[in-house]
Amino acid sequence: MVEPVLRLERLRKKFGALVVTDDVTIDVMPGELHAVIGPNGAGKTTLINQMSGLIAPDSGAIRFAGRDITAAPMYARAALGLARSFQITSILPRFSALENVALAVQARSGSSFRCFGRAADEAALNGPAMAALADVGLRERAQVPAGELSHGERRALELAVALAMEPKILLLDEPMAGTGHEESARLVGVLQRLKGRFPVVLVEHDMAAVFALADRISVLIYGRILASGAPAEVRADPRVVAAYLGDEME
Amino acid sequence: MAVGLAISPAPARGRWSANALPIGIFLVLAVIPLVALVTGGGYLVSLGARVMIFAVAAVALDLLLGYGGLISFGHAAFIGLGAYAVGILAAHGITDALVALPAALAASALYAFLTGIVCLRTKGVYFIMITLAFGQMAFFTATSLAPYGGDDGLTIAARSTFAGFALIKNERAFYYVVFACLAGSYLFCRALVASRFGRVLRGAKENPVRMATIGFNVYRFQLAAYVIAGALAGLSGFLLANATEFVSPAYMSWQRSGELIVMVLLGGLGSLNGAIIGTAAYLLTEEWLAGFTENWKVIFGPVLVLVVLFARGGLIGVWTELVRRIGRG
Repeated sequence: MVEPVLRLERLRKKFGALVVTDDVTIDVMPGELHAVIGPNGAGKTTLINQMSGLIAPDSGAIRFAGRDITAAPMYARAALGLARSFQITSILPRFSALENVALAVQARSGSSFRCFGRAADEAALNGPAMAALADVGLRERAQVPAGELSHGERRALELAVALAMEPKILLLDEPMAGTGHEESARLVGVLQRLKGRFPVVLVEHDMAAVFALADRISVLIYGRILASGAPAEVRADPRVVAAYLGDEME
Repeated sequence: MAVGLAISPAPARGRWSANALPIGIFLVLAVIPLVALVTGGGYLVSLGARVMIFAVAAVALDLLLGYGGLISFGHAAFIGLGAYAVGILAAHGITDALVALPAALAASALYAFLTGIVCLRTKGVYFIMITLAFGQMAFFTATSLAPYGGDDGLTIAARSTFAGFALIKNERAFYYVVFACLAGSYLFCRALVASRFGRVLRGAKENPVRMATIGFNVYRFQLAAYVIAGALAGLSGFLLANATEFVSPAYMSWQRSGELIVMVLLGGLGSLNGAIIGTAAYLLTEEWLAGFTENWKVIFGPVLVLVVLFARGGLIGVWTELVRRIGRG
């Protein structure tokens, strides 16, 4: 049997009295794009934050590549190959696009305590970084400070940073958030090309994008998994239609 | 190849104009003793040495403040530790720099390491307060060192020797030793901030969460920077003790830590050139104002407030703006 790359086991998280993650079990299989959808406040971002280690679950376990990483800090998970993007763009605004990505390459290459030599001139860092930028179509914008990029370009830059980490799994928190129609179509194209290189967990509100990309969909409502399965099954599930898709698909 | 072209470094002209300012600064500093020789003012030499000694500490502090976003309010403690290492060793008859200098660097680096382990677990205002607390701890420890003068401080009989030679007994020779220390510290920090290490430090200032998500344990890098900055301040303390031939708890007071922050802010945060210029501007203005009124702080305070309010980016910010406007014609 094929082992899942990432496995959430009976995860639970409470903020005060509010249960935001309620007994969630999800398997992400090698190569699949697993979408997590649900209405606002369903706990999707909280779930991704627990996967990446930004917040700790109250109970349950997270297993990644055969290890228990429930208590591992963020940087250690990143070193194992778990990459994520943020819903609210999180880049280094005063660094150029290239430098943002080169830092991720540097993190993978180790030896970041090197105190001499201009990091900005290192071909070993800039080469892979340029390749990642080219993957998301930002190659011409490499020297522009990240803070001056358009919103859609910043979303793409987030993706390039994650790619440069040579991820074993990629967690994407609403990569299309706030992008225009054209830009989100472009991002869908980029993700379509990347699909299969590594498994992806995609949290997204744009249902057109989700159904175009996902191999499997889990529906999250009030912190619980309501349904999980292939896109066609989920779309046809009367509970899902009643709770969520009914409004979204109109 | 196109990739190679796209990532070629900044054009040569940009590199040159970036170096014009530091070359100018160090040229001026280098000729001061010669000017003093002509005008016959030994005072100018000792004032210049004092400026450069504090500039070493300010450059180190800028590493934390400007590049690391770590507002350390206890930097004077490291200077004091370096100075006390010289004074205490001298009190026991050990006056050679080959012992005193490593001792000064080690004492301040060790204190930075031990306190940094605790301080860097906190953020923002808490970091400021806890560095202040550790600074005050060093200050009060020094005042209670009865065998070494306590409150009154400790007079040093003579300047450090180098392998037995009284190399820095002469004011001018001492001046150039300080000059070399500043130039060395400056070049070291400049290489550091552009290196892989420096890039992680700068990135952590902008967005620590992002740095952790791409796999950096930010804490370790900040701790290393804190120790480096502490050791450089210890070097400044070593020089200060030799300049004044006296050590006192006042070297570690929180006011002194505050002054160092003001020097960095005045020059321009995140610019090593700015740290040197800011130190010079601060100490020279202080010297000048104190020359004609006892209450010079009444004038100096508002001036500093105005500079911080209206010259964002400090003196270095004003300078780059001027260069830009003149360049445009």
